[in-house]
Amino acid sequence: MSTDGRRRFGMTGNPQPGTDAAVGGATPPGAVEPRWADDAEVDMGAHLAEARIAEVLDALSRDLVALEPVKTRIHEIASLLVIDRLRHGFGLDSERPSLHMCFTGSPGTGKTTVAMRMAEILNRLGYLAKGHLVTVTRDDLVGQYIGHTAPKTREVLKRAMGGLLFIDEAYYLYKQENERDYGAESIEILLQVMENQRSDIVVVLAGYKDRMDVFFESNPGMQSRIAHHIDFPDYSLDELMLIAERMLARQHYNLSDDAVVAFRQLLTKRMTMPRFANARSVRNALERCRLRQADRLVAVGGTVGRDDLMRIEAADVRRSRHLSGFSGGAA
Amino acid sequence: MRITQGTFAYLPDLTDEQITAQVRYCLNHDWPLSVEFTDDPHPRNFLWEMWELPMFDMADPSAILYEINRCREAHPDHYIRLNAYDRTLGRQTTALSFIVNRPKEEPGFRLDRQEGADRQVRYALHSYATDRPEGERYRS
Amino acid sequence: MTVLDEIGQADAPPEDRWASGVIPYKKMGYWEPDYEPKPTDILCAFRITPQPGVDPEEAAAAVAGESSTATWTVVWTDRLTAHEHYQAKAYRCDPVPGTPGQYIALIAYDLDLFEEGSIANLTSSIIGNVFGFKAIKALRLEDMRIPAHYVKTFQGPPHGIVMEREYLNKYGRPLLGATTKPKLGLSARNYGRVVYEALRGGLDFTKDDENINSQPFMRWRDRYLASMEAVNRAQAVTGEIKGHYLNVTAGDMESMYERADFAKQLGSVIVMMDLTIGYTAMTSMSKWARRNGVLLHLHRAGHGTYTRQKTHGVSFRVIAKWCRLLGVDHIHAGTVVGKLEGDPNMIRGYYDTLRQPFTAANPANGIYFDQDWVAMPGVMPVASGGIHAGQMHQLIDYLGEDCVLQFGGGTIGHPMGIAAGATANRVALEVMVQARNEGRDYVKEGPEILRGAARWSPELRAALDVWGEISFNYESTDTPDVESTPTPA
Repeated sequence: MSTDGRRRFGMTGNPQPGTDAAVGGATPPGAVEPRWADDAEVDMGAHLAEARIAEVLDALSRDLVALEPVKTRIHEIASLLVIDRLRHGFGLDSERPSLHMCFTGSPGTGKTTVAMRMAEILNRLGYLAKGHLVTVTRDDLVGQYIGHTAPKTREVLKRAMGGLLFIDEAYYLYKQENERDYGAESIEILLQVMENQRSDIVVVLAGYKDRMDVFFESNPGMQSRIAHHIDFPDYSLDELMLIAERMLARQHYNLSDDAVVAFRQLLTKRMTMPRFANARSVRNALERCRLRQADRLVAVGGTVGRDDLMRIEAADVRRSRHLSGFSGGAA
Repeated sequence: MRITQGTFAYLPDLTDEQITAQVRYCLNHDWPLSVEFTDDPHPRNFLWEMWELPMFDMADPSAILYEINRCREAHPDHYIRLNAYDRTLGRQTTALSFIVNRPKEEPGFRLDRQEGADRQVRYALHSYATDRPEGERYRS
Repeated sequence: MTVLDEIGQADAPPEDRWASGVIPYKKMGYWEPDYEPKPTDILCAFRITPQPGVDPEEAAAAVAGESSTATWTVVWTDRLTAHEHYQAKAYRCDPVPGTPGQYIALIAYDLDLFEEGSIANLTSSIIGNVFGFKAIKALRLEDMRIPAHYVKTFQGPPHGIVMEREYLNKYGRPLLGATTKPKLGLSARNYGRVVYEALRGGLDFTKDDENINSQPFMRWRDRYLASMEAVNRAQAVTGEIKGHYLNVTAGDMESMYERADFAKQLGSVIVMMDLTIGYTAMTSMSKWARRNGVLLHLHRAGHGTYTRQKTHGVSFRVIAKWCRLLGVDHIHAGTVVGKLEGDPNMIRGYYDTLRQPFTAANPANGIYFDQDWVAMPGVMPVASGGIHAGQMHQLIDYLGEDCVLQFGGGTIGHPMGIAAGATANRVALEVMVQARNEGRDYVKEGPEILRGAARWSPELRAALDVWGEISFNYESTDTPDVESTPTPA
């Protein structure tokens, strides 16, 4: 078996009929022949500009509020790949770095967004041929009866080849208590592909940290294939307020000063409640505020101006069940 | 001998890189690909066994190579071919089809002649491999 | 004195349309510039060179008249018919840019003028009478629009391109053929030898020449038996389906049926016929071919007598349309780079007419009308005449993938033998298709690609050594009005 995982059976590598067209996008550029002479000096700035990853990293910075440790980690990985590319350019071939990752953290902390940007970066640096993102959960991989799982998992993997496969709440694949669970079959296939088709696909597992730890303990094979563990910490209250303001600004809304205070209280309360989903919960809360603002404006009647339509008042916030004492479902 | 079915039959066996290039051409045209295998090489046999299902909506050739290699692993001594299908109106048929795996030894065909009246001869092609049952034909 | 000499005389007032005597065709309703062609009309484009002094619109009207209901003088019996319905209408007459004295006239014919499913009737009607007309110095039928209503009365190709490929199990590349050479004189056994060698070397088809029918040096029955032995042997040796176009052309229709039935009995996948048997015989053979599941190849023997000159005759694109309607699976349609006449744009027009499900009007290719083939299958064009392996990149570029490339001399004249010649052609073809699919600029890099393959294929190397430099470079006689392209090297 060759290092890039492609098996060759019964086919001899006969001289190619007059073709030397560049083929395949998953080999890091320059892998075929050294691009630069041994004594060349390469301008890092120009090389980076060539790869065009700066714009992706900038977009990442813009999209995500806070999450400094995550952004740092992504920059590090990107740098590693840039240097790897440079090394290839000088003919310093080393084994292709393992790129499979694990993102841990609560829901709504930006894991999917980062995965998407990661796929783009890998594509621009030549590690993924297409750089598209395929997001799945256990149900997309595991079947309901015998013989159902393998083709299902393989189908997902094939669709993701050339790109990045994001498996959310990956620990659900393994149901330890149920012996006849078909998840194990899916894991086996994933392991095989993660090892043998490293140049064609990157797998990212995601979920709560404590549950992922348990999952890895029971699946050491999986853990050994993950090169990068990145933790996505929960947002602080201030960070969540910042996210809220950004979301509102994008939709041309704003909070009155009283509303800001009220919303802080709302968030503080919500954060203590179960199933808090960070940015997602913020968005849901804001959607409810919009609803109540609309309701209020229509009920009051009279004339409305542009500012009235943009402003969310404290009353709109306070009518939330979280603040008024009603119990209810997740925001 | 070497049966010359398929589009690239007179070229040396295609390497995986060359197969990838052809797959890319097909994906660019939006033609789904399928893998088929057989151990009955008669030229009138067009119903080779399907390896899994045809692959629609694949983004990258590596997915196709993955299936080809799985088929090679499962049936190393069978003929395996890759087909591309074009569904556009006015065509709706196979666009490209070439062999990606062969058995190591290909015994070939015998031409049977049945002499009839007025010098006519009825011909039949008999493949030596099919003297043995399916699955045991190209055992190496 | 003829009708048109009297044009200078006073115009007859409308109410005297029925007075005995001679009036201009324009006044009889054959010139209708405001006429809106109906979707059911058959439309024709004629290139008219009127005699000096003849008014072009009158000439166009005369063509319309003489190819439909008129005669040289007014007749009272016209009044017994709904003559406005049956008369053809010339609705446009434009001068050809850059060629004084030449005009393109568009004429509409009502659907009721024609018998369903009969090319014989279509041609007798439209070109049967008018070409000898004295007032016109030269006349050429450039293009014809067949309405869907009329297309549907014809069988069309017995199999068509898709079915042919599925029958032969060959996809993704042009098919290869060769005509046995010498054209005449071989006996049956030696004929079979040529067929066998060419097929086992790698060609898909071999071909009887158009004038091989049944002559004293080789009778048809013997040829068929020898050829089928060769075809079957070649199939056994290669594992592919092979065919030899057995020419069933004969002096009468009954003999043709006899020969075709025998070919089918022997198991041939294909038979051929010559254009010289006439449209009716060709239509009968087409129906036979579909009933009996045998491919039908048409050699366009003799067409050059009337298709070649730009000013007079019938353009081959019209012949191609008629042949697609009455139904053939293969038709010779030009090579561009070979020894026979063919401007690249004109030939592009023929190939589009034969293959596409809808051919759009395109003046650069000489196509005057949109033609909707309403799901009638396409015909495989055959490129034959002076082509060799060294031109493979040009052939694929000009002609595309759905065609048959025939290398007669290019196979049989190979220094290492016929089979080697066939192999050289097949290798050249496959390597060029592979390069095209890989995205290489195969037109520019063609010779390099071929030389690359020649490194591991001695047959191809020998072929390139012998013929690499041969080309046929003469100016075309039939070129589009819009822009002229010299036949390339």
